[in-house]
Amino acid sequence: MKAGTNLEKMLESGNFAVTAEAGPPRGAVASVVQRKGQLLKPVCDALNVTDNQTAIVRMSSVSGCVLLKQLGVDPVMQVVCRDRNRIAIQSDILGAVALGIGNILCLSGDYQSFGDHPTAKGVFDLDSIQLVKLLKQMREEKKFLSGEKISGEVPLFIGAAENPFADPFEYRVLRLAMKIKAGADFIQTQAVFDVGKFAKWMQMVADRGLDKQVHILAGVIPIKTVGMARYMRDNVPGVSVPDEIVNRMADAKDTKEEGLKIALEIIEQIKEIPGVHGIHIMAVGWEDIVPTIVEKAGLLPRPMI
Amino acid sequence: MLITENKPMEEILQYLNGENKIFLVGCKGCAEGCQTGGEPQVREMKQKLEEIGKKVTGLCLIDFACNDQLTKMTLRAHEKKIVASDSLLMLCCGIGVQAAAAVVDKVIHPGCNTISLGGRHGEWREGERCLECGQCMLEFTGGICPIARCAKNIIHGPCGGSEGGKCEIHPDLPCAWHLIIERLTKLGKLDRLEGLIPPKDWSVSLTGGPPHPR
Repeated sequence: MKAGTNLEKMLESGNFAVTAEAGPPRGAVASVVQRKGQLLKPVCDALNVTDNQTAIVRMSSVSGCVLLKQLGVDPVMQVVCRDRNRIAIQSDILGAVALGIGNILCLSGDYQSFGDHPTAKGVFDLDSIQLVKLLKQMREEKKFLSGEKISGEVPLFIGAAENPFADPFEYRVLRLAMKIKAGADFIQTQAVFDVGKFAKWMQMVADRGLDKQVHILAGVIPIKTVGMARYMRDNVPGVSVPDEIVNRMADAKDTKEEGLKIALEIIEQIKEIPGVHGIHIMAVGWEDIVPTIVEKAGLLPRPMI
Repeated sequence: MLITENKPMEEILQYLNGENKIFLVGCKGCAEGCQTGGEPQVREMKQKLEEIGKKVTGLCLIDFACNDQLTKMTLRAHEKKIVASDSLLMLCCGIGVQAAAAVVDKVIHPGCNTISLGGRHGEWREGERCLECGQCMLEFTGGICPIARCAKNIIHGPCGGSEGGKCEIHPDLPCAWHLIIERLTKLGKLDRLEGLIPPKDWSVSLTGGPPHPR
């Protein structure tokens, strides 16, 4: 065991894992995170706390993770390269481990122009792959990037993201291979709407045997309204929402019902794809639907390890 | 003018590993002014390379390598020799290397590090091509700079926001990594991207403040 987290145990035991997001608030109200934690704890193996997602300032990931930990939830701390340099990142990782956090998701970060502080200086001292490699070095060699010794253990279960829908399509698998080489233990993909394309990508992944080297969880975003579908298609980097989905939402009498139906169809198909070890549900602004989704997808009760 | 320093010979020789026929290019603009890429330096490089057994297929000096038209015209005049070479080694700033990479389907090795803009930018009307990072990595990115042209300065790109060859920050902005992958694929050198590159040394760039003795 690298960190011994619930997520790691679930994936290593060969169970189909379920993770979700607990988006932190745009304020200092802890109960917002706690409520989400209570809601999602019985239906997920681990919960991600995003890191100023889309460059919009929110309560920090590490604090959200601590609040979840206090409820007995296994948190996944997200770290973007946009806002912190290597010094701050290493410092935050030590702090996270000291606070009992073991799962870390390494990301580049959405560019600052997408958020509410577009004039901020983007840091980008490291990129996400260098970050993955750094965490592996901290855990395996107990050394900082500088080569100096870290005192004590740094147990981490290292995650990275990949977007099978970004371009160039063929290169995405090579980049996944690089992340694995750098030390990724698990991957949470960007939202899957075009299952055919995702299956094609997974075929390329499996052809290279990469699904045996890393645990891949497919991202799922349940859509609540047609406005949300359009917003994600037009304003959120890395998310591709096909016209077919937007149209289904536009034509639907009950958009929540349709959104739930679409998410369940996608999950059903994902479960059939070889090499996928779980799903990651990013129910942005709609966390309440997650228990229903997990139940109707036949993924309850969650196995106890 | 852009201030350049010559990369150490050991580094250049690593770049040239496995190659035999090299075409040398210098620049009569800033590089000549800095004495890193003018005629004497190009001839000196020719001698050094021949001493270790490489063949210099030819050499030329571009008036201002950052001027893509001048670069195109000058290199075209030497087309036969360039086509017959394994690669080009350029002694000039990062903009010049990128200007040549845009017109020649050959591997182009940067022979200098661009360490300062010195108060005047090289001429590339469409936007910044060189940010004087002091650690030129054009060797690994097919002559396209991810520091100047990738919004996130990504070294192992592209990020998940690259779509249709465009950067997530603007639909008109090409994704530098998409361009890099395209060019390396064209040159049959996509394997250049297989290695994991260590975090950048930003202390030699000017992003943190004015130049100072190290």
